[in-house]
Parts: sequence; C-alpha cells; structure tokens
Amino acid sequence: MTHIAATTPIHSGVLEEGTKGFVSDWSSDQLSFKKVPWGKVMMWIFLVSDTFIFSIFLISYMTARMSTTEPWPNPSEVFALTVWGKKVPLILIALMTFILITSSGTMAMAVNFGYRKDRKTTFILLLITALLGASFVGMQAFEWTKLILEEGVRPWSNPMGAAQFGSVFFMITGFHGTHVTIGVIFLFIVAFKVLRGDLDHERPGFLTGRKGNYEMVEIIGLYWHFVDLVWVFIFAFFYLW
Amino acid sequence: MSQTDNQQHSIGIYLKIWLLLFVLSTASYMVDYLHLQGYLRWSLIIIFMLLKAGLIVGVFMHMMWERLALIYAILLPPLLLLSFIGIGALEADYAFFSRSIFFLK
Repeated sequence: MTHIAATTPIHSGVLEEGTKGFVSDWSSDQLSFKKVPWGKVMMWIFLVSDTFIFSIFLISYMTARMSTTEPWPNPSEVFALTVWGKKVPLILIALMTFILITSSGTMAMAVNFGYRKDRKTTFILLLITALLGASFVGMQAFEWTKLILEEGVRPWSNPMGAAQFGSVFFMITGFHGTHVTIGVIFLFIVAFKVLRGDLDHERPGFLTGRKGNYEMVEIIGLYWHFVDLVWVFIFAFFYLW
Repeated sequence: MSQTDNQQHSIGIYLKIWLLLFVLSTASYMVDYLHLQGYLRWSLIIIFMLLKAGLIVGVFMHMMWERLALIYAILLPPLLLLSFIGIGALEADYAFFSRSIFFLK
C-alpha cells in the first residue's frame, strides 16, 4: 500500500478504483470527492443530517410506542377509507406512496434529460414532478382534516387509545409534509429556470448569484428522492406496524 | 468538474426501477391487506422497505455510480443509528416494565 502516493500524482487525472481509490481519494490534497461537484456533496451532507433528524423522530416514536401501557390505535383501521360502501384499509396512504414513487421516477428522468440539455423535456418532467408532489401534500391535508375532524385525533389525546399516537403522527408526517412542500416550491423554481434557459446560458441566480447549470437539476433531484426515501420508512414503521 | 460522466444512462433503467418500486410498494401494502401477522409480517415489511430504500439510493440518487470515497462518507455514518435504536429499545422496555408495575399492580 505504500506505493499509492507514488503512482497517483494529484493532477494525473487517472483515478484508481476500489479500496485503493478510496484510500487515495481520502488521503489526497484538497478534494476528497473526485468527479463530484461541490454543490452535490453539500446536498449529500445535508441529507445525512436530515437522515439523523428523521431517524430520531422514528426512534422516539418506537420508544413511545414500546413503553406505553395503553393500547396503540391500529393504523390499518384508523387510516381506512370507505370506497363504494366498502372499507379499504390504508388506501389513501397506498395512493400517496404510489404518487411519491412516480414523482421520483419522473424526477430521475428529468435529471437525465437535463444532462442531455433537452430543455423542453426536462421542464415538462420537472413540472409533472412538482404537480405530483403538490397532489401528495393535498392528500395529506385531506388525511389530517379527516383525522382531526372525524376521528377526533389531537396531539394530546385520541379516542382510540394511547395519546402518543397523535403527537407522533402529527410530528412525523408534519415534518415530512413540510419537506415535500419545500421541495415542490424549489421544483417549480428550477423548472422555471430550465424553461427560461437560465441553465443553458449560465445566468446567475437571483439569490446566490451562482451561474446556472444542469447540476442544479440533479441537486434538487437528490433532495426530492430523499423525501421519497423518508416516506418509505414512515410507511413501513408508522402505517404498517 | 463541470459535468459528471455518470449521467448517461438510458431512460429504460429508470422505468424498470420505477416498475420494481411499484411492485414492492404493492407487495408491502398487501402485507397489511392480507392481515399477515407476527414474524412473517415483520420480516416482509423490513425486506420490502430495505429493497425500496436501496433502489432509490442506488439508482435514483446514482449512489451505485459514485466513487467509494463518497459512498462511505454518506452511508456509513447512519449505521450509528443502530446503536441508538438499541438504546431506545432498552429504555422503552425498562419504562414499560416500571409503568406496568405502577399502573396495573
């Protein structure tokens, strides 16, 4: 392993693969993350911190649920909807899951078309992603309204059992919904920039003054996929448990 | 540094992953719909969840095409959470035990 430094000068442009590459990347000067734009690294680091926030929510939910002596309300029944006179469990949540996954798919394609400099397709895919995200937030608003007005769930109590159910539910889905809402806003902004040609012509942004380029689409894409990722865990642990 | 060279995949891979995610989501929904219980329910939920998470991070977020330096920097720190989950479970067990004694007699 001692020959790594000798065989890979910093500016050689040739990068080693595998564990050797990992060691030489991390022990090299200045840039540890080769071939990754700094904005993307920053987004990844932000997402790691966000991972910890959501994990802490989910772990405190686990602790609350395991330690309560009251019966925990059955999510399968609480979130059931009556469709054509028949009670279907979790149907709205399943629909929300499919919508978010679909928006993740269109987002991934938007990134791809962005790097091909296909402005129109990128714009359309970003717009679809944003609209799907907005419909997700709308369905969540419907879910919250139903839960508050019809089921009488409050952050401090509910008629079905353990009081922690309400506080955990509103906190976790509320925080996730906030993330989705922020994502939708930024998706609209990036879609508009793409349509206007700001990214092709490297026009400076209105807030940071940085030159526009299609990495922006990938960076907002990372955030959007992360929102979908968090939903996967919420769906498994909160709704299916 | 202007553009990473790992973005030139065909659209087909996204459609395939999308379809897979659909199938996995339907499967995890069916776990609830069919009222599976016990260890079967749990292992299925966790397996489907991890598969979905892996597909999203690996393909949609392009992690499988990144260099190891970034992969390790991003994916290893969250493993610390496992110990946190363990601590939470221990604490919850203890709290449940003392509450049971206090409330139920």
